[in-house]
Amino acid sequence: MSTDLRFDQIRLPPACEKLRDEVRAFIAEEVAAGTFAPDRPGHGDTHDRAFSRRVGAKGWIGMTWPKKYGGHERTFLERHVVTEEFRVVNAPVRLHFVADRQSGPILLKYAPEHIKQDILPRICRGELCFVIGMSEPNSGSDLFAAKTKATKVDGGWKIKGSKIWTSNAHIADYMLGLFRTSPPTKENRRHGLTQFLVDMKTQGIAVNPIIQMTGQHDFNEVLFDDAFIPDDHALGEIDGAWKQATSELAYERSGPERFLETYYLLGELVRALGPEPDLRSAEGLGRLVAQLHTLRRMSISVAGMLQAGKEPVVESSIVKDLGTIWEQKLPERVRELSAFLSPEESNRATLDDQLSFAFKVAPKLTVQGGTTEILRGIIARGLGLR
Amino acid sequence: MTESDPIVAETAARIFADLADPQTVNRAGDTRWKEALWRALADAGLTLAWTPEKLGGAGASLTDGCAVLGVAGRYAVPVPIAETLLAGWLLSRAELAAPAGAMTVAPARPRDKVTLNADGSLSGKIGGIPFARDAEHIAVAATGDHSTTIGLVRTVDCRVNEGQSLAGDGSDTVTFDRTKPIASAPANIDASALILMGATVRSLQMAGALEAVLALSVRYANERVAFERPIGKFQAVQQNLARLAGETAAALAAAGSAADTIANRDAFDDAVFLEAASAKIRAGEAAAEGAAIAHQVHGAIGFTREHVLHRFTLRLLSWRDDFGSESHWASALGSMVAARGSDNFWPILAAR
Repeated sequence: MSTDLRFDQIRLPPACEKLRDEVRAFIAEEVAAGTFAPDRPGHGDTHDRAFSRRVGAKGWIGMTWPKKYGGHERTFLERHVVTEEFRVVNAPVRLHFVADRQSGPILLKYAPEHIKQDILPRICRGELCFVIGMSEPNSGSDLFAAKTKATKVDGGWKIKGSKIWTSNAHIADYMLGLFRTSPPTKENRRHGLTQFLVDMKTQGIAVNPIIQMTGQHDFNEVLFDDAFIPDDHALGEIDGAWKQATSELAYERSGPERFLETYYLLGELVRALGPEPDLRSAEGLGRLVAQLHTLRRMSISVAGMLQAGKEPVVESSIVKDLGTIWEQKLPERVRELSAFLSPEESNRATLDDQLSFAFKVAPKLTVQGGTTEILRGIIARGLGLR
Repeated sequence: MTESDPIVAETAARIFADLADPQTVNRAGDTRWKEALWRALADAGLTLAWTPEKLGGAGASLTDGCAVLGVAGRYAVPVPIAETLLAGWLLSRAELAAPAGAMTVAPARPRDKVTLNADGSLSGKIGGIPFARDAEHIAVAATGDHSTTIGLVRTVDCRVNEGQSLAGDGSDTVTFDRTKPIASAPANIDASALILMGATVRSLQMAGALEAVLALSVRYANERVAFERPIGKFQAVQQNLARLAGETAAALAAAGSAADTIANRDAFDDAVFLEAASAKIRAGEAAAEGAAIAHQVHGAIGFTREHVLHRFTLRLLSWRDDFGSESHWASALGSMVAARGSDNFWPILAAR
């Protein structure tokens, strides 16, 4: 517990710049081929099986994982480059992104060898979509209130209950789910949950869509009616899942996707303002640039510190707290700064289209993957306040 | 480039801890502490850390000098350590030796200009010069017809009209009226480089002061009991302190990034401009947010002269105005980005 904060000055090494050029060339080809339109977020699909396979073929999924599981043993800084280049153009990475960012690393750490050999190479080839099964109707931020039960039976476990807000469940091949294997104890309310790998084709699993306020369909409700999970699909310690969510969270919180989700607005604002914006617009734009640059430097610093074996838990939570609030406020700032651009004098149709999408997306940004309030609680604990 | 040596920052930390304890300084009725602190800093070579040995300084690396400024920021004392470092650096850019004693620099605002006359004398009325009255010498970046000249001027040879920063520190107007420098030489940088360097220096100080403010606020929240428990146990207070930590982190990262950039580049190019401007903008924003939260956490006691908090918060607010405000740098940065166009926007950011 300490108030000392640390951001090592990490610069992307030259190898990253070569990689960046490769990614940009790949994106240019995909855009030219009509796979997606960078300035039209909210219009196309956010997932694309064929696209994910092409990304996998490039070696850009599972970049940091061991080669024997299909990975590429590259650095987290190189992964950062690929993530941010795809993010700023709204590339349809949804199919493989969750597996790449968090499910794969968990399997690497806790899955038995034969499962790792089976599944990880397929993730790396861009063939598999993962869904995270954590939230339940009465258990959101309070993860340890989860009630969906895994009951021991011969050779495995039977699951009964439901998970909700499960992004991708309707397209997912596997879920990493958190299920109750024992009641919590008096001493430790976090006790009794176990992490499982669930094949979504298992009998007894039903997926019901939940349409979001954007009109998009990411969310689902997943119902388990005595779905059978074999013993070797339990990941890590039975009843001890709470011990397992440690350093991976730092990667999940501090990546560039935590502040670039509405980035397109800024690029389009620059286009709409033109080369000589008035003083008010220039100042507003300059502040946004400074803020984004700072967030990016913080994110790269955390990636570099993780690569060096450090555990910047507070720093990574801070990146997500500041980053998600920034990307959430961005539509408001862009709306203000473009307020005096008349439709006649500037081509603002694209910007207006983007704004109408971004305002609908904005509310989720500080909720998904840990709310602002939860993050700040983690930061406060790190500071020595709890 | 001299190699980085952690002993430099450690020495600074020890000297400040021994001789600039905020509580002691706040209670002091006179300025003897200031003299003792300055002597110790000068004896350790820290006041001329950025001046090469052959020019009379300690020849520390830019990175180590930046670390000293971070430490100085954590104590936020009204002593011209940052200004003297900056002056030594400026003089060295023209291969001019640094004199002993306190110095400051001119100009210290982006729009101010000291004019180099044909006879080598200097002219201009320059406001907002930090600690001019306390400095024996002023290092000046003077603009001639086609070039920039660095001049070393004795403060007694100028007219100094005393002014005050928000924190009560000297922020003086200096009039150069065909003032003859005691030494001068052409520089390999222009006056805008001094402003960029000054902006980075102030960002580092602000980040340091925010670190101090965060530590003070967390300690207070853990000690102060209300409603039968330490106020730091209340979620509302925790949320505020987490925000303060976020602002502190942003200032540290931005200022550190700018310092790192300057230390590793030969020229004051676009990369330095983006980094230094961003650092000054973001640290300035963090200063405002951070100071407000720290006061909110401290309640009434933090509003007293007796408490040390104001020593940090008022300097945080006033340092925003030196070497270009957030508004100045933001309009300059926004104009640059707009002029480059949308297609170059992400590449400019990604190159850092």
